[in-house]
Amino acid sequence: MLRKILSLVLALAMILSAAIVLASCSDETDSFKIGIILLHDENSTYDLNFLNGIMDAKAQLGLSDEQVIIKKNIPESQACTDAAEELVEAGCKVIFADSFGHETYLLPVAKANPGVEFCHATGTMAHTEGLANFHNAFASIYEGRYLAGIAAGMKLNEIKAAGQLKGEVPMMGYVGAFTYAEVLSGYTSFYLGAKSVCPDVQMKVQFTGSWYNEVEEKSAAEALIAAGCDLISQHADSMGAPTACENAGIPNISYNGSTLAACPNTFIVSSRIDWAPYFKYIINQSKAGEAIATDWTGTIETGSVVLTDVNTNVAAEGTVAAIEAATAAMRAGTLHVFDTATAGFITVNGAALDSYMADVDTDADYTPDTEVVKDGYFHESEFRSAPYFDVQIDGIELLNVNFG
Amino acid sequence: MADKPTAAVKEPLFHITKRTDISTWKKILARAVAIVAAFVLCGLLAMVLIPSIGENPAKLGRFYKCFIDGSFKTINIVWRVLRDLSVLLCISLAITPAFKMKFWNIGAEGQVLVGILAAEGIAFKFGGIFSEPVLLLIMLLSAVVAGAIWGLIPAFFKAIWGTNETLFTLMMNYIATFLVSFFLSLWITNGSQVMPKQSHGALPAIAGNANLPVIILTAILTVLIYVYLNYSKHGYEISVVGESVNTAKYIGINVKKVIIRTMLLSGALCGFAGFLIGAGINQSVSPTSVGGKGFTAIMVSWLAKFSPAFMVLTSALVVFLQRGAAEITSIFNVSGSLADIFVGLTLFFVIGCEFFLTYELHFRKSKQEGKENNA
Repeated sequence: MLRKILSLVLALAMILSAAIVLASCSDETDSFKIGIILLHDENSTYDLNFLNGIMDAKAQLGLSDEQVIIKKNIPESQACTDAAEELVEAGCKVIFADSFGHETYLLPVAKANPGVEFCHATGTMAHTEGLANFHNAFASIYEGRYLAGIAAGMKLNEIKAAGQLKGEVPMMGYVGAFTYAEVLSGYTSFYLGAKSVCPDVQMKVQFTGSWYNEVEEKSAAEALIAAGCDLISQHADSMGAPTACENAGIPNISYNGSTLAACPNTFIVSSRIDWAPYFKYIINQSKAGEAIATDWTGTIETGSVVLTDVNTNVAAEGTVAAIEAATAAMRAGTLHVFDTATAGFITVNGAALDSYMADVDTDADYTPDTEVVKDGYFHESEFRSAPYFDVQIDGIELLNVNFG
Repeated sequence: MADKPTAAVKEPLFHITKRTDISTWKKILARAVAIVAAFVLCGLLAMVLIPSIGENPAKLGRFYKCFIDGSFKTINIVWRVLRDLSVLLCISLAITPAFKMKFWNIGAEGQVLVGILAAEGIAFKFGGIFSEPVLLLIMLLSAVVAGAIWGLIPAFFKAIWGTNETLFTLMMNYIATFLVSFFLSLWITNGSQVMPKQSHGALPAIAGNANLPVIILTAILTVLIYVYLNYSKHGYEISVVGESVNTAKYIGINVKKVIIRTMLLSGALCGFAGFLIGAGINQSVSPTSVGGKGFTAIMVSWLAKFSPAFMVLTSALVVFLQRGAAEITSIFNVSGSLADIFVGLTLFFVIGCEFFLTYELHFRKSKQEGKENNA
């Protein structure tokens, strides 16, 4: 019996080794290749959003499986340098990494391989490093948040008109990840969108200290609801906050994709960044041998900032039309999200925001270096693609300041 | 009836005895067969779970080729395998003295992490102020001291008050993780909680190879630990305490002292591993810098039966599996969880094989056979 099993296993092993010798791991063609480095895999909504983006771009541009190499679960460490070097060795012409902390591990590989283009989402160092083959990208997601905020403000007006406010003034709750510019810019634009249609709205923000923690996000949302919030939104990657809202019957503005299926009675609308336009752009530029922008900011115009369909069962009457009108005004350049000219719209400790030095150029001490308020608005994502709006404005109360 | 007492005793379906008489070459063969069998099963699983292979079983060859390519595709990759192997080996060596003493230290993850935190904290605060050799020396010392303190605390409580070291060391891991988050909030004032790669405090490359310092230092450590465990008085005391605390007391070993001394060493070596990860590889720290290696090392050490020489092989096996599985994830564009399944499955076979090499199953003989025996 034992001998039979042994001979069977050995025979199988021999067949296997023969197969290995005959097979080759990648079909060797000298065609274009793109390498993608992801922090996690499809189990994270953040990385899934990038994964969907590259798959869309791949399908639209007709790339084969062999032309797109994806490395998943690459931490923000030397592992990112290793992965990038392996992608260079595999013949990739463009290499993309999706997480903020990948940047300083990608830069050395970019320096050593001037013939390969390196693109990094959410990063801040391309415009100061001065490398011709290193690029940053982000999207004006604050515009999407503002539009989603309009839907929130209109819902609050409806609740107020029905006399069902929990407190004196309409109160929104926001579950944030970290007290980082990306999150501050996000919740402030959301708040301003709501304020544009519901002038007396106020907001409470609770931080979780993690980009993905379902339990923490859920309990933060529950705490905000208990503290008298009439509506909740969030900037974190799990289903925690939407689930808490559905359980409590509190309307929710979501992020990173629709939560309609799980929360049919409370989901209003969701904004997200669609990365497919950027992937198509870098692939096309590289194939044509043309330069890629040092800082690329995707907009509503490029199709990078998108909103899901409005859930009309929950949203207030006229929401769709109001969002369309605001979108048109943004495209025409007449509506600026961080509008500092309109009296009383953005105030800091009661005073207007006439001037602000933002930390645009990254240095060791994160010193503010660039004047970003002019022409009557805060110029977000113009001096570099990643957000730098980190002002704490009136009307928004931070319940905690996260520290992980 | 009374004169046939054996009939009254219910024999269990099987019982287990320890093997004593298995030859070395048989052991090696059995292990090789276990690994090959695991790979065959992984292939069958891949046919079911990876659609592109299921449709075209000829691609199975490519599947195995990729598994091997993960570690051997280019010479650079081989160097990285040796580097990763060294780090895992270093942590495994670090926990071995404590495990040999039957002190269940599952806190290597935290002990290594505080080592990285101490080293990189020094690099972050004092990089560019001191010259590189001085900076590296301070980083090394602080990493070793930090790891030693993290190991000493549970050992002290165990020796004095008999607290449960498993729970204690586990909890210390969480404290270490949050300590890193705390310091990142303090140091990284833009709120991103991401420490950029530091430009100071990197172990210098040897002959242009940045992986060599880590590999060489671990190789030296392997020899030292081998000598310490097998040829020193300390090593002997550790073995005796591990076998029987009462025997140790009887022959005049101060058990408390041995526990504290050994955990101090274990923690300090974990701190040293942290220094290797910090200064030798990442030049930065994050709450996930150790990435579970502190737990994997327990298995590496156990599988090698606490022998430093065999640990080289077991850590090589683990690194080979992890890298191969990651390559599969990338080339076939499947979920990272599938890769984990392949790694887990193979290790399950290997561990299972060890069980059957150490113990023998005796099944209850069927009733007829029993009767024949009685007759």
